[in-house]
Amino acid sequence: MRFISVIAIKEIRTYFASPMAYVVSAAFLAITGFFFVASVSDAFAVASIRGYLAGAIFFMIFMSPALTMRLIAEEQKLGTLELLLTSPLREFEIVIGKYLAALVTTLVMIGLSLYFVVVLFVYGDPDVGPLLSGLLGLVMYASATLAVGLFASSLSSNQIVGLVVGSGILTALTIIDFVSARLSGIASEVLDAFQLGASFSVFDLDSFGVAEGGHFADFARGIISLADIAYYSSITAVFLLLTVLVLEARRWR
Amino acid sequence: MIKIEHMSKSYGPYPAVIDISFEVLKGEIVGFLGPNGAGKTTTMRVVTGFTPPTDGDVTVNGYNVVSHSLDVRRHIGYLPETVPLYLDMTVTDYLRYMGEIRGMNSSWVKDRLPKVIDMVRLGEYKDTLVGRLSKGYRQRTGIAQAILHEPDVLVMDEPTIGIDPIQVVETRELISNLGEEHTMLLSSHILPEVSAICKRVLVINDGRIVADDKPGDLSEKLQHAERIEVSVRGAEAPAFINAMRDIGDVIDARSDQRVSSTQRAEREEYLPFIVDARPNAQAAEIIAKTVIENGWGLSNLTPLPMTLEEIFLKLTTEENLGE
Repeated sequence: MRFISVIAIKEIRTYFASPMAYVVSAAFLAITGFFFVASVSDAFAVASIRGYLAGAIFFMIFMSPALTMRLIAEEQKLGTLELLLTSPLREFEIVIGKYLAALVTTLVMIGLSLYFVVVLFVYGDPDVGPLLSGLLGLVMYASATLAVGLFASSLSSNQIVGLVVGSGILTALTIIDFVSARLSGIASEVLDAFQLGASFSVFDLDSFGVAEGGHFADFARGIISLADIAYYSSITAVFLLLTVLVLEARRWR
Repeated sequence: MIKIEHMSKSYGPYPAVIDISFEVLKGEIVGFLGPNGAGKTTTMRVVTGFTPPTDGDVTVNGYNVVSHSLDVRRHIGYLPETVPLYLDMTVTDYLRYMGEIRGMNSSWVKDRLPKVIDMVRLGEYKDTLVGRLSKGYRQRTGIAQAILHEPDVLVMDEPTIGIDPIQVVETRELISNLGEEHTMLLSSHILPEVSAICKRVLVINDGRIVADDKPGDLSEKLQHAERIEVSVRGAEAPAFINAMRDIGDVIDARSDQRVSSTQRAEREEYLPFIVDARPNAQAAEIIAKTVIENGWGLSNLTPLPMTLEEIFLKLTTEENLGE
């Protein structure tokens, strides 16, 4: 546990000492701000964070891997991975430490955006249920995308490869319903079960859609379902485990 | 402290190290000498627990590098060939972090850090970003992280590569001083460097250890002999060997054991021999003369490269420090 916190603290410091955390946070605030404003500024708009959530989860497909792309790729490039792997650290301590750093940074970023909620309470009367479930869903969603991003970062010493692979995996999980819509029966249902949650219908400024069959839909509606929590937790666990395995495999090369 | 028994390591189908065995005793400074690509770095990576051996046993401080990797890593300080540094941290922050991931608690780090910074003479740069340091100072930072946690064993891979001559001298002094308290395995492709620092040298080439000696004895061996392969017809083996030994400059003559009996049959009546002679004695000429005087037939007279010498040709045997 001590090693995990040592690594996490070092990485958090690096995030906030470099432009990365600020650039990603600024982009996140700008984008979610746009969707939030667009979704509540109609004459008869509902006081909800639905637009904010839809924008946030869509753009996290790119922002999470951007935040994590450095974490392991750079260690490989600088050769410092050799130091980490010859220190009395276990691979999972390295992976969890780095993952927590990215998660904390993302939570800070989400925290900064919560002034939208304050705005809603000041000027409207939002429904508290969907608001809380939506934010919970957002955190679950973020943790899953960060795990995918970290895994992508472990694959090579090139950060750009990490970004492209990470966003690629997340995009594939997002557009999976394009594929499933063309299939039928079991195959279609199985694919639907992997729908990450975001949808291109976010750009439809009337609905600010999230994927209907996806795992985020219920969160956005105010329903917390065990299946959705299990899905995001599984994605997180599986990709963190894969990252550990990639690091372990590196020794055997 | 370090014990390697019949260790081999392959990367896929490519063997990097083949069946090497050696031991480094407590307090010894052992130089690991070989041309680039000989297997030095691979051996060091196995010793430090970075990569497991394909075959054989390696123990450090009695702990096996595979089954007790964490215990091994706790007792080792390692300076890889490309000094691994976080360029965006200050020297102090970097060293503190390195200490923490080696399991040092904060009071230990606090106590030890100034001493180490002093030892490697980094005092005036301790708050400088590592990325702004010159190569020599980066090297010192690398050495500092290796000795910070007071490891029993120090493993240094080419510690003076790529730094300027004055800093090379300083770095060598530093390493020599460290050798007083640590068991050390140090690699280099520069012969004089190893001679200056180490009391024992292992020469490695193409993944095998070809010599294990004191630096002085090693140089002597190099000037040892000229080796010649001879094939002769019409002579009994003992008669030929005696005739050769009678020549003043010949040190030894023997049947060539590398040639198998089937090959001998193919060569019909020609018998293969190996003759060692003193260097610069025109041995080939005298051997040819002797063979002909005895009425034997001569079919082959080839000088053989001495293995060790061949390796040393590939090594940097001289260095220009520009002093």
